[in-house]
Amino acid sequence: MRSFEYVRATEVSDAVRLVSARPDAAYLAGGTTQLDLMKDGVLGPGMLVDITRLPLAGTERRGEALHVGALTTMEELAADPTVAERLPLVREALLKGASTQLRNMATIGGNLLQRTRCRYFRDPDVPKCNKRLPGSGCAAVEGVPRMHAVLGANERCIALHASDLAVPLVALDAVVHIQGPTGERRILLRDFYLLASESPDVENHLVHGELITGVEIPLLPAGALSGYLKVRDRMSYEFALTSAAVALVISDGIIHEARIGLGGVGSRPWRALDAERELVGSPPGTEAFRRAARVAVQDAWTLPGTAFKVELAQRCLVRELRTVSGVAA
Amino acid sequence: MRADISRGTTVPEVFETVTELTVNGRPSVLSLDTRVTLLDALRDHLGLVGTKKGCDQGACGACTVHVNGKRVLSCLTLAAQCEGRAVTTIEGVARAGAPHPVQEAFVARDGFQCGFCTPGQIMSAIALIDEERAGTDDEIREFMSGNLCRCGAYPNMVAAIREVVSEGNGNAVI
Repeated sequence: MRSFEYVRATEVSDAVRLVSARPDAAYLAGGTTQLDLMKDGVLGPGMLVDITRLPLAGTERRGEALHVGALTTMEELAADPTVAERLPLVREALLKGASTQLRNMATIGGNLLQRTRCRYFRDPDVPKCNKRLPGSGCAAVEGVPRMHAVLGANERCIALHASDLAVPLVALDAVVHIQGPTGERRILLRDFYLLASESPDVENHLVHGELITGVEIPLLPAGALSGYLKVRDRMSYEFALTSAAVALVISDGIIHEARIGLGGVGSRPWRALDAERELVGSPPGTEAFRRAARVAVQDAWTLPGTAFKVELAQRCLVRELRTVSGVAA
Repeated sequence: MRADISRGTTVPEVFETVTELTVNGRPSVLSLDTRVTLLDALRDHLGLVGTKKGCDQGACGACTVHVNGKRVLSCLTLAAQCEGRAVTTIEGVARAGAPHPVQEAFVARDGFQCGFCTPGQIMSAIALIDEERAGTDDEIREFMSGNLCRCGAYPNMVAAIREVVSEGNGNAVI
């Protein structure tokens, strides 16, 4: 591992100034991605600015939204009473991710910025990786692609965004709060990420030195039905093969509002807007759910090793829509 | 890393930091390479080798310790990050010479085979009980899933944890 300067920041402005001033500086929060990739030789910052003591932990109810400080840990957010009551799908996604030890370390800001689990990206001995070395190619498309993306992916890059939490957050229209050297800005989480098919090496709209300070999550309307289903190779402590975060508002037998996020399939946490439109105005039922699921994956780009995900993602989504709406199989 | 100056290459700078660590209630001041993890500081600098290095990349749970009362992975934590925070390791859970009730139960229930993952399992189990997540066997399995055991001693570990909870030692303070 490359040697680095370690600096502890106590003010947000100091942290932003320190990282902005050096192209090779990086923030250190929970460290579960950052230190892991430094050990692997994928990342090699010359300076780490420890932000874990910045006053950015904790939640605050602001009207019909929950403001979550970026340094709130996954475990802390899962234990939040407003999350349990008004955002149960967020709680489910949090507790189905990683292990308790990792959830005690990993922060909400860091979770959104976690890097792909693609084993070819994470091994610097692999010469082809458009994410690590732009223009070098993609070893994953020729390798073992089981854990890779089928949406927002192509022969340039099939890296998956592995966050569970981000799946309900894109569905809920969460807003990312960002502090940069010249001020604050906000961006919808679903607009925050770029597609690997278009820009493998640039994953989001943050510029160097910008820091996520918080995430604002609009609460679900009272009476909304919601849930998160995660399908994986092990029952616990495993990344998703596919997952679905859904929220429905149903009254008088008609779906009035539908929110759908898909995990395990996209190079970014996937918001299925077309599938939502397919549901709104329909009565809840298996036919409508299947129609929506087909629309959700219609643009899939597959390899022989990832094609199964197209079917699995549809079944996962249909099952979760049935579960939350109480429609029998 | 030491480069060959005679060939004109530069010597990479190695950064150090002075860190005051409080482990099991004892403070120590260490001058460490900034890259040193909490795990390596415990094992190589403080001689506390009970905490084990399994995968060293946050996958196996063998290095589990408590920082400010929460279970975390010491292999993905920098030692420098822990200044001013209370670190507890397996060496710090016994009281007045008596093993912690979770340690006693692991022995009584044969909750290990080779023993390598055991310190991490016990640190995780103590936290699990404190988190009130040991209500059922399924809950124990789910919230212990971050600690792998290659010998497969899981059933006896679940039995040991269940025994501690049912005997009311669940809130045994470290």
